[in-house]
Amino acid sequence: MLSVQNVTKIFGVGTPDEKKALDNVSLEVNDGDFISIIGANGAGKSTLFNAIAGDFYTDDGKIVLGGQDITFMPSHKRAKFIGRLFQDPMRGSAPGMSIEENLALAAGHGGWLSTVSKADKKLFREKLSLLDMGLEDRMQQPVGLLSGGQRQALTLMMATLNAPKILLLDEHTAALDPGTAEKVLSLTEDIIRENRITCLMITHNMQSALDLGTRTIMMDRGKIIFDTSGEERKSLTVPDLLKKFRELSGTELDNDRMLLTDK
Amino acid sequence: MLESVIGIGQTALELGLISSLTVLALFLSYTMLNVCDLSTDGCFTLGAAVGATVAISGHPYLSILAAMGAGMLSGLITAFLQTKCGIDSLLAGIIVNTGLYSVNIAVMGKSSLLNMNKTRTVFSEMKLLLKDTFLEKQYKLIVAVIAVAAVVIFLSVFLRTKLGLAIRATGNNPDMVRSSSINPVFTTIVGLCISNAFTGLSGCLLAQSQRSVNIDIGTGMVTIALASLLIGRVFIGKGRIGLRAVGAVIGAFVFRLVYTIALRLDMPAFMLKLVSSVIVIIAIAGPYLKKQFPIIKRRFMHRHAKEVD
Repeated sequence: MLSVQNVTKIFGVGTPDEKKALDNVSLEVNDGDFISIIGANGAGKSTLFNAIAGDFYTDDGKIVLGGQDITFMPSHKRAKFIGRLFQDPMRGSAPGMSIEENLALAAGHGGWLSTVSKADKKLFREKLSLLDMGLEDRMQQPVGLLSGGQRQALTLMMATLNAPKILLLDEHTAALDPGTAEKVLSLTEDIIRENRITCLMITHNMQSALDLGTRTIMMDRGKIIFDTSGEERKSLTVPDLLKKFRELSGTELDNDRMLLTDK
Repeated sequence: MLESVIGIGQTALELGLISSLTVLALFLSYTMLNVCDLSTDGCFTLGAAVGATVAISGHPYLSILAAMGAGMLSGLITAFLQTKCGIDSLLAGIIVNTGLYSVNIAVMGKSSLLNMNKTRTVFSEMKLLLKDTFLEKQYKLIVAVIAVAAVVIFLSVFLRTKLGLAIRATGNNPDMVRSSSINPVFTTIVGLCISNAFTGLSGCLLAQSQRSVNIDIGTGMVTIALASLLIGRVFIGKGRIGLRAVGAVIGAFVFRLVYTIALRLDMPAFMLKLVSSVIVIIAIAGPYLKKQFPIIKRRFMHRHAKEVD
């Protein structure tokens, strides 16, 4: 499904801040995988996502998605196959435009000069009512009036309106309060399950990294150092993961947000 | 007395409507696309020069299309520089504006002044059409109303299409445009082409209504139009797109009205540009300073309290 082959990305080449954010990373993602990704600050988790989504072109290596080489495909074209959510709930929607207008752009139905059809309006209402946030009755309101949780749920809806081949979730619940985070996370699970979307999720919560999904990857200093799935993963606990990290990287796993959530 | 009041109102309305086309252009580029298009002055003059040249050669209707086409081309270049050549959008506008000065003189046949006293223009055609009707004296107003109505209707429909939504989103959140599989480069180019077509139209109509063009006809237009746009926001700043476009037109009219009245009250005509600058400063800096005020006040109190200690 997605194949990342020997991808390297170095930031700030030739400066004192030169940093190998991705160091010859290879990853095979199978159809239907739900992979949780953990790692210390600056391990290259987000950089890996940005490379897959095409925010920059990699310095070396190859990325293949669904049989198509996308190594040099611009990001807006990749967006057809890749859905994406960020930690910042403001990044995924246009605040000055209405909920309906945001959804219409995400749906992308019709030609350039077409307006939102009645059928689309109905579809949007149905989809929004699944969120159970009352947004279906606020279709004409600007998105800027929504709370962070509502906006993230809307972004999730927008990203999956046309089921993508792969969904990249970059700590998409980290900026929400615990109750909302839980709700958005369970919505995410539902949508992924119903649409059978292949998903990669960065999380700082070790427990949910093990609870959610089918496979867990650990990254450190631009490399994937541990990749587990199946029976081995089922038997793992959070202390096991921390121990594994210590063994493989030689340092303690320090991630500022992880310290706050896992004791 | 009454007649002179009506006269003032009518002049302000005509000039306000014609310049409101530039305000609508900025409504698209500045408010929607979030690009401050500094090529507006040059593009306005380009529209005037091309429109005049084509009209003088005997094609009053074609002159409108030619002026809009020239504006579109200028917008295309500005957009190309900022999206494909890595030139900052403000700088791209200034560069195009400077280049257009030479282009405009070339278009006007190496002269900095063109006269259209005996030229058939869209205004003279309209005057002919309305001969012996009660609207005969309103011919300028009618041409301006038709042009403004066409542009407002176009904008209010266009900005609700998928392309229009994408242009609005480009100014609002370009990341979101990209994640909707739309290239923001494309939307920026289309938006600037359309907005500059309106600027060109505006220049063309102003030149034809006053039956002359000089190379300075567009100088300061971007500030005047911004001032009008920001005044318009005071009247209609929220709501549906079509309504907000009407707000921009109202802003242009109010600006002209205030200016015309000020002229009657013996304000010298050369003050126009300073007044428009001050309006823009107040409209943009005002809300900012208002937000800063509590901190400025606290800092002052803080310092004062220290002195007491």
